Amino acid sequence: MQILIHLSFAILALSMVLCFARLVIGPGLPDRVVALELLSMIIVGIIGVHALQSDETSFLDVAIVVALMSFLATVGFARFLERGGRRDD
Amino acid sequence: MIELLQGFLLLAGSLFMLIAALGIVRLPDLLTRMHASTKGASLGVMLLMAGVALHFLEEVVFARTIAITFFVLMTAPVAAHAIGRAGYFVGIELWKGTLKDELRPNYNPLSHRLHSGLKKTAKEADMKTPDTDENNKHEG
Repeated sequence: MQILIHLSFAILALSMVLCFARLVIGPGLPDRVVALELLSMIIVGIIGVHALQSDETSFLDVAIVVALMSFLATVGFARFLERGGRRDD
Repeated sequence: MIELLQGFLLLAGSLFMLIAALGIVRLPDLLTRMHASTKGASLGVMLLMAGVALHFLEEVVFARTIAITFFVLMTAPVAAHAIGRAGYFVGIELWKGTLKDELRPNYNPLSHRLHSGLKKTAKEADMKTPDTDENNKHEG
């Protein structure tokens, strides 16, 4: 079981690296916002696996808070892009 | 038995996260990238939370994991809609293999206003922008 947990951590870390690559090379701000949202989803998953590994249920509250913050950040970035951002067209 | 199911859920959730990350790196366009990341990450979080709930087997943990799953399922489409709309308004480049852009004839890029295919609003848009002759084709 420990091997499976570690393998799951490794896969999640690899997906974080890929997502960070898109965050760096993304051509525009919307691409980066999408990459940030996926990054926070992966962080929610990592927190869940960590709660499983350490037998500590309190980490699930942290996962709820991270999901809430990612939603608020994405909606905030969307409003910023629509109203105040620099236009490319 | 329950450990086997739990390990399967953990691995499946992580692999769906990896698929979402691969899609966000490999796909050519903002909209296709959102298509990969939103669905894959939602399913990945759901499977991982199911694995966590199976590990603890307590009511409190069930409530929390169901809350996380429900929250992700509620907010991911809303966030994707908001960022896709904002990206289209900012003027992202679509993929060059895109066949159809149904929003283009109904969207005025100067005033950033949308109108539906209804007759009244289409006439108003015609008065504002004379170069959108395709509006009449898209009526009804």
